[in-house]
Amino acid sequence: MPLPTYTPKDFATDQDVRWCPGCGDYAVLTAVRKALPKLGHRREDYVFVSGIGCAARFPYYMNTYGLHTIHGRSLAVATGIKLANPELQICVVSGDGDLFSIGGNHTIHAMRRNVDLTVLLLNNRIYGLTKGQYSPTSEQGKVTKSSPMGSPDFPVNPIALAVASGCTLIARTIDVDMKHFDAVYVRAMEHKGTSFVEVYQDCNIFNHKAWFYASQKESKFDATVVVEHGKPLIFGKDRDKGIRLRNGSPEVVTIGHGVSEADLLVHDETDRTLAFVYSQMAHPEFPEPIGVLYAETGKPTYDELVHEQIHAAREQRKGTEAEALQQLLHGAETWTVEQ
Amino acid sequence: MSDTHAEPTRLAEAVVRFCGDSGDGMQLAGGQFADTSAIYGNDFATFPDFPAEIRAPRGTTFGVSGFQIHFSDHDIFTPGDAVQTLVAMNPAGFKTNIDDVESGGTVIVDEDEFTSTGLTKCGYPKDYNPLDDDAVIQKYRIIKVPISRLTRESLATSDLGAKAIDRCRNMYALGIVYWLYDRPLEPTIRFLERTFSERKKQPEIADLNIRALKAGYYFGETAELWQQRHRVVAAPQQAGTYRRISGNEAVVLGFVTAAHKAGKSLTYASYPITPASDIIHGLSRLKQFGVRTFQAEDEIAAVCAAIGASFAGDIGVTGTSGPGLALKGEALGLAVMMELPLVVVDVQRAGPSTGMPTKTEQADLFQAMYGRSGESPCIVLAPCTPSDCFTMAIEAVRLATAHMCPVILLSDAYIANGAEPWRVPDLGDIPSIDVQHPAADENANEFHPYDRINENLARPWAIPGTPGLEHRLGGLEKQAVTGSVSYDPDNHDAMLKLRADKVQRAAKSIPPVEVYGDQSGEMLVLGWGGTYGSLRTAVDQLRACGASVSLAHLRYLHPFPSNLGDVLKRFERVVVPEINLGQLSRVIRAEFLFDAVPINSARGRPLGVEMLVEEIAAIMNSGEVLA
Ligand SMILES: Cc1ncc(C[n+]2csc(CCOP(=O)(O)OP(=O)(O)O)c2C)c(N)n1
Ligand code: SF4
Repeated sequence: MPLPTYTPKDFATDQDVRWCPGCGDYAVLTAVRKALPKLGHRREDYVFVSGIGCAARFPYYMNTYGLHTIHGRSLAVATGIKLANPELQICVVSGDGDLFSIGGNHTIHAMRRNVDLTVLLLNNRIYGLTKGQYSPTSEQGKVTKSSPMGSPDFPVNPIALAVASGCTLIARTIDVDMKHFDAVYVRAMEHKGTSFVEVYQDCNIFNHKAWFYASQKESKFDATVVVEHGKPLIFGKDRDKGIRLRNGSPEVVTIGHGVSEADLLVHDETDRTLAFVYSQMAHPEFPEPIGVLYAETGKPTYDELVHEQIHAAREQRKGTEAEALQQLLHGAETWTVEQ
Repeated sequence: MSDTHAEPTRLAEAVVRFCGDSGDGMQLAGGQFADTSAIYGNDFATFPDFPAEIRAPRGTTFGVSGFQIHFSDHDIFTPGDAVQTLVAMNPAGFKTNIDDVESGGTVIVDEDEFTSTGLTKCGYPKDYNPLDDDAVIQKYRIIKVPISRLTRESLATSDLGAKAIDRCRNMYALGIVYWLYDRPLEPTIRFLERTFSERKKQPEIADLNIRALKAGYYFGETAELWQQRHRVVAAPQQAGTYRRISGNEAVVLGFVTAAHKAGKSLTYASYPITPASDIIHGLSRLKQFGVRTFQAEDEIAAVCAAIGASFAGDIGVTGTSGPGLALKGEALGLAVMMELPLVVVDVQRAGPSTGMPTKTEQADLFQAMYGRSGESPCIVLAPCTPSDCFTMAIEAVRLATAHMCPVILLSDAYIANGAEPWRVPDLGDIPSIDVQHPAADENANEFHPYDRINENLARPWAIPGTPGLEHRLGGLEKQAVTGSVSYDPDNHDAMLKLRADKVQRAAKSIPPVEVYGDQSGEMLVLGWGGTYGSLRTAVDQLRACGASVSLAHLRYLHPFPSNLGDVLKRFERVVVPEINLGQLSRVIRAEFLFDAVPINSARGRPLGVEMLVEEIAAIMNSGEVLA
């Protein structure tokens, strides 16, 4: 059967979207609905899964199959879905608290298993749903309701953690940059294996402007660098700045003053070490890399490996399932009582 | 094999226990004794008792491993209270097990191990040897055999090293006991050949073990240490093919059978924990039946993955023990709210906290019934014997899918590890499990995941991949029918009642509780789960003395069988013996306003029959009758 032609509306539900007006989640929702029709899957094969948080309301707003589960556990649930039916297209959408505080363990393990799914981290560097406590990605010293004297915690680095966990596609994008989001999201959904997309998302109620340096016209060209495979890392409003590697460490350079384009770091998305370098580039010292930071192909997925084993075991089975099962019930040693 | 001794005396039953260091192969020796008894036609029950430490220092009391077997010429239900013959491979085993030997019982010891170092290692005072203690000698028949030396001597011609030879001491000891109880050697010889020659390709090891076994047997025959041998003849059994089965093995077979009968795949997600780990070990070997096993990063991930699998249309199952069930609580609430089928098997162990991981208890009943946030009812079942674990695992799947709700199956360490004969069922005799998924409906305007068309109030189980039935489930309160999120107060109140009612309606499809003994009378013993064997034996003994005592044993704990209230009313008194501090008795009191008298003993072991008989008799003889 040919695939129906979908429009974004086909993925909308009748549920009222209840994020605060101005929340960055709206833009992501719109962008996801727009992206899905390009992917070549039937609507009934999508499953959106989430934990708990503002961002985690996402599945209710997608006219696909969906599960809004419990705080931090979305990836464990998604793994089970994929185990049962590897044909399903799974997208996990959750916040930074959900995926890196309570769900940190599952995030590590889903990534190292390379379960075939896409994780969208809507990172607002705050707990939105519980009204404004600092989150695991909040900067040290952050003043919130639960940290009146500033948070003593040092933040987790989601990209570095994804690199360390063996995630096979790692990307970063920004809520308001629809075009960029679209390209990254389509790549992520098409990727076979775990893909992780960190989205800088504005919580305009509890952490407004946290990412403005990266999202606003005035600052974004200096504060971010868009990476594309095979292209040098050039940034700045006048595209006169670049990143050079020196003894393995990144360095901001200005093109022209004895530095040519040829000296710049060329993005290689298959280089895991480079992905780690990117994870260490933080504003304001560095422009923050945006785009597909790392993509590894060819690594088998968890669900694939499990099902290959099942397939192999079935091939070796003698007789029908019922015959084999009857044999199993008998076990190795039996005795018979005659009457 | 012939022997020159007089005909063995016939015994109706016997209880033998092997004990020694955890590296001494006691579980193997005991398991072989059980298999041989089975093949010989006895009824039997076994009780393996593992140390909590994996490799405790050799010779210490905390490294002692034991295996008890009770075998008989009639139906039996427990591994027995008192040990008739104890084999102690070292002083530590002797020290920790001797109190369980009946007065006048036989104790075979490896006297080579009773050196001063061996004795002090397990904490005996300096210069004390229990084998020389008059009090010990007078109470038991102590048979000192230099097992270590004799094993070495009889295998001296072997090229294999001293270590391999010493490892055959268990077979030597087993040989002696085989002689004493007039058991055939052939089943064990066959087992050794199969294991070592065929499977592990080590025929020399098989040969060594077989020689040790025979040497032990001949030693019994020639040493003339006993005037008398014993014989326990076959028990009358229903015709059929039998095998030995433990509770955990039966759970494995039950789940895979249930999935087959439902025409579905099984996803079993679990995190290793004693004494439940054998379930994932067993199921992970059954991929040829489409079984997906998932060793999760923790118990929470395990239950969540099982829920995900259920949502996607598999039979989602997770297994654990008490501490793991505590971790799964929140996700169980989610499954209650989403109304997805889910089976959780909890192999209970002694708690609280890490408690006594290798010892049995039945103290997770409250946790299973109430241990979640909000009003969160689950179906709760409990198998009563090792082989009943098969039946109840199938029941758990049947009820979970029929009623679209989580089912908790409360096994326990005792029945999980204990074994008994099991008449192998014919797959064709097991009813199929009817699972329905709503069909694709391309024209559906809107699918209502909480629209209940069944009289049992179950909602439809529509699975991803089905066109037209796209829907979202979640942990937030549901509006009846549409399943949309709702904070409406009246709706919440109605939904709580509806979910509770749904679980209650499962009572319609569960069998009534049967009363063993008189259908009405003076005393009813009410039990649940793995204590069945002890309770049945105690009730039989009391009835044999003419007491009016009956037994009702519950395998369905929530909801209760619909006739339970009537059954309780037919008796003047009800006692509720449990391996906890009184959980079922409190539920019974609360549900039926009935003065159920608790009998509680939680010592990490099955309830002692003698203790039960005494306590029940004492209650029967005490004062006024409560109507
Ligand atoms: C077990 C549990 N603990 C705590 C909570 C409360 N809680 C809900 S959402 C949340 C944090 C949400 O933050 P984040 O994941 O960053 O998502 P956001 O709301 O910012 O999108 C917390 C602590 C809960 N629902 N469950
Ligand atoms: S609290 Fe913040 S994250 Fe949550 S909906 Fe409002 S703006 Fe969005």
